[in-house]
Amino acid sequence: MRTDVAARGPEGSAFARASSRGARHFVLGVLGVLVLGIVWQIGTWYLVSQPETRAFGNFGPIPTFQAFPRLWEQGRIQSAINASLVDRLATGLFIAALIGIPLGILVGRSKWFREISHSPFQFIRMISPLAWMPLAVLVFPGWNWAIVYLIVIAAVWPVTYATAAGLAKLEPAWYKVARNLGASRIQILKEIVLPAIAFDMFSGLRLALGVAWIVLVPAELLGVTSGLGYAIKDARETVDYSYLTAMVLTIGVIGFLLDSIFVALINRYSWYHRRTAS
Amino acid sequence: MGVRGVRMKIQGLTHRYGARSPLTFDQIDLEAQRGEFLAIIGRSGCGKSTLLHVIAGLLRPTSGTVHLDSELVEKPSPRWVMMFQAPHLFPWMRVTQNVGVGLRFAGWPQKRIDERVNEVLELVDLRDFANSNVQDLSGGQQQRVALARSLVMEPELLLLDEPFSALDAFTRADLQRDVRSIAKRLGISLIIVTHDIDEAVIMADRALIMVGAPGTIYKEELVINLPDPRQREDAAVQYMRKQLMTAFYDAAGSAPSAVGRGNGPEAEEAAPVRDKAGAAPTKRRIVPAA
Ligand SMILES: Nc1ncnc2c1ncn2[C@@H]1O[C@H](COP(=O)(O)OP(=O)(O)OP(=O)(O)O)[C@@H](O)[C@H]1O
Ligand SMILES: [Mg+2]
Repeated sequence: MRTDVAARGPEGSAFARASSRGARHFVLGVLGVLVLGIVWQIGTWYLVSQPETRAFGNFGPIPTFQAFPRLWEQGRIQSAINASLVDRLATGLFIAALIGIPLGILVGRSKWFREISHSPFQFIRMISPLAWMPLAVLVFPGWNWAIVYLIVIAAVWPVTYATAAGLAKLEPAWYKVARNLGASRIQILKEIVLPAIAFDMFSGLRLALGVAWIVLVPAELLGVTSGLGYAIKDARETVDYSYLTAMVLTIGVIGFLLDSIFVALINRYSWYHRRTAS
Repeated sequence: MGVRGVRMKIQGLTHRYGARSPLTFDQIDLEAQRGEFLAIIGRSGCGKSTLLHVIAGLLRPTSGTVHLDSELVEKPSPRWVMMFQAPHLFPWMRVTQNVGVGLRFAGWPQKRIDERVNEVLELVDLRDFANSNVQDLSGGQQQRVALARSLVMEPELLLLDEPFSALDAFTRADLQRDVRSIAKRLGISLIIVTHDIDEAVIMADRALIMVGAPGTIYKEELVINLPDPRQREDAAVQYMRKQLMTAFYDAAGSAPSAVGRGNGPEAEEAAPVRDKAGAAPTKRRIVPAA
């Protein structure tokens, strides 16, 4: 199953596996990116051809790529990534998993808890995380923790409900078999429950990453003076268009790479697809 | 043969699923010798699976006791292991991991687990599939894995709940013979629940009939003292089969109350250890000359 990962990953690293399938994925992936680049270039040409948008030529792919070495030397990309990714996103996702997985186990296992929690959870889930911002800033010491809170409140639901859905697929007989062979409660959790639902948990984390990543950038437009969102705001205020598009591109690439990591994990722990025969 | 088996003594065993449910079975008394193979046959719904679950410690009885040697069964243990009608393998584990899972629970070091698992895979003829994904195995192979998973624990008592009913006739015949010879070789005590009268005759040393709702053990039992290996078409097996069939229809014809046992809700009031002189019918053993 581990070998499937390369072939299934969206970027399809054909070099890892010289199979025709991997190669096809890779070629199509590159082709897709090329088409996107061409559309981008055509859009830029259009902007430049119009008198009122002539000044926006630096939004184009060529000035953008030219901006990367400069930004890298200035350390702007690195510090933005560090602030956004490590300090906020990773911290937030980690806390969301820490809360969401046990919460999901409770929702999945306890009918009582599921029923009592349904309304409040759905209610809180439907509040846009960004709407918490003013409140979060008041409650938490500093903007950084306020942003982490927004990520947690956005990311905790997919983790919770994916975990609960995974538990629903657990066959009661598996508990019986494990108990029958002398498993303790901890062992049932470690050897049966977690491996059985790892696939769902990572699917939940993947969704969580998606919403967290979307919440992160706008959250950084306020208050903080670091991170990818701040860099975008900074670029706009200094009218440095290639800086701006370079940061937008960075956001996309990093999001894509993070997503690929979760896709790889999901493939690694997935076992449902083979169950049809049994 | 081996010495691993266990003496089983069941006294006044009664079970109901819920306070308002009817009795599943009522006042069952049963004894088995060390290393003896019992078969329990009976109609669907008479409580055979429930009885096995109680013996395995997976369900608590409403009253009555199960003793294995001198130990009271109160919870599951790797020393008395049940194998279910379906294999219920863990699909995220390879064959070897599935087989070794109980030893992992017991905290064995991985190296010893590997050795033992290999031995048992040899025993059930699955060595070539050691690293297969269990979802790629046939139903018969999966059931062999489940068997290996039980045998690897070297239990004193193996409880089989219609383990082969989902398999084709050939695989079933193979497994019936293999399980009997493996368990005899290891000296394990065995109880098999089945709908299949042939299976009872081929696998057991003694066949019991469970009848009625709530279930009881019918007064007649059949001692099957045939040599191994037993073939379905052997005249002696066919003869035993007929005997058992007759007893089964006799049993089906006699309602549980006709056997002389209380089967109403009031029976629940009975003390855990039943007054032997009271309700117990005299047992009759059919011991045909082999
Ligand atoms: N979990 C349960 N809750 C309530 N009643 C149950 C439960 N499981 C079984 N029963 C009832 O208990 C009775 C005995 O069930 P059991 O499964 O032990 O029968 P069985 O003899 O094994 O039948 P079969 O041969 O069909 O497997 C049945 O009437 C059944 O409806
Ligand atoms: Mg049953």
